[in-house]
Amino acid sequence: MKQRPGTVVRLATPLKAWAQRFAVFLLIGATFFLMLLGKVDTVVVERARIAVLDAVAPILNVASRPVASINQAFDEAQQLASLRAQNLALQEEVRRLAGWYQEAQRLSDENRSLRGLLNLVPDPQYRTIGARVVGDQGGTYVRSVLVAAGSRDGIRKNQAALTGAGLAGRVVEVGWRAGRILLITDINSRIPVMVGQARDRAVLAGNNSEHPELLYLAPGTSISPGDRVVTSGHGGIFPAGLPVGIVVAVSDQGVRVRPFADWSHMEFLQLVDYELPHLLQPLTNGAAVVNP
Amino acid sequence: MEQVSLWHRLDMVARGLAPLAITFLLMLATVLPTRAPDIAPVMPALVLTAVYYWAIFRPDLLPLWLAFVLGVLHDLLTGAPLGLGAAVLLTAYFAVATQRRFFAHATFAMLWVGFVLVAAMALTVEWVFGSLLQLRLIDPLETLLRYAATIAAYPCLAWLFGRAQQAFLR
Repeated sequence: MKQRPGTVVRLATPLKAWAQRFAVFLLIGATFFLMLLGKVDTVVVERARIAVLDAVAPILNVASRPVASINQAFDEAQQLASLRAQNLALQEEVRRLAGWYQEAQRLSDENRSLRGLLNLVPDPQYRTIGARVVGDQGGTYVRSVLVAAGSRDGIRKNQAALTGAGLAGRVVEVGWRAGRILLITDINSRIPVMVGQARDRAVLAGNNSEHPELLYLAPGTSISPGDRVVTSGHGGIFPAGLPVGIVVAVSDQGVRVRPFADWSHMEFLQLVDYELPHLLQPLTNGAAVVNP
Repeated sequence: MEQVSLWHRLDMVARGLAPLAITFLLMLATVLPTRAPDIAPVMPALVLTAVYYWAIFRPDLLPLWLAFVLGVLHDLLTGAPLGLGAAVLLTAYFAVATQRRFFAHATFAMLWVGFVLVAAMALTVEWVFGSLLQLRLIDPLETLLRYAATIAAYPCLAWLFGRAQQAFLR
């Protein structure tokens, strides 16, 4: 690989300079082309995203563990400081919840008997898949997390992702061993929900802030801070009744919701494997189809 | 003799990959879950800083097209609108490339000042195209905060890159 000075170099130098100048325009053009492609064609872009996701998932899976340990250590140190106060608060809460437990038992029994009276079709059952969060992108332009579970673990597109406290997001990309969850705070997230005791229908729309807003509320609905927001199950993607958040502000600018999900302790997510057998499979002879 | 020169060449290639490897690792670091949602939006733009540094000191090892590839990878990895990262890194790289004479003899303070300007351009491009691609005006406050964090983190990162350069490339 010795360099031979001579005609080759003399010819190549201006050619190289020209190529370099041309490369700038080529790359700028390519950037605009990619922007258009990202807007227009989602299939190719999604495949590329999934390929990158699958490729880096093992690295992220290993690298995220020490980060998780460090975070845990910080958390524990913080909790030690407020142990006494927390203990008192928890005891108080246990007393309060004991009353609620009795109430819930009574309502559950009553609900079952009323459903029996009405001969109501039981809600479809669902199972959950646990997945470790290995990547977190809380940027200005996107709110999503990466999980170390993919199609080999039974993850499918559009599954709901739950933290212990409530809905966190929805599966948007699935690779073989990794998946991306679009959080409900992302600007592209739209979740059909029901609000308050009146169960008014609305759409929860993310806006890249901590507080997503409610859209498409029917006129005349009265919503006040403190109302619970749960998934409505419309669209057949999510089960109905998954807890989402609580209304914190009602103003002319819109209704803001604080999600139940605790973004700062999101180490694992539960993915809800849910499908509506009665919608997807036609009934035969009026008898219920048993899922194989 | 042949054996030695082969190993030597492999060693040179491996060392030459250092800028790219460091930039790539920083990109992975930006997506690691910090579980600090208050800090996440104002995380310094690590990849931008790395591309700025290597574009000045070793443009032969991190050419323009690699910056472009890194930008696209960044978008694919983070789920950001496609082309956004490429636009940001190309802007920074191009700004450095056109002012190479200024950067060639710059002191550390001058490099920092240069970065203040280049990062401002790059993040403005990010904000404009980010807003266009999302079809809505994005709150500029977060970008401003991220800009401040990025500038503040520059000396620390530049020192790290300098150490890496001395270790691998001298």
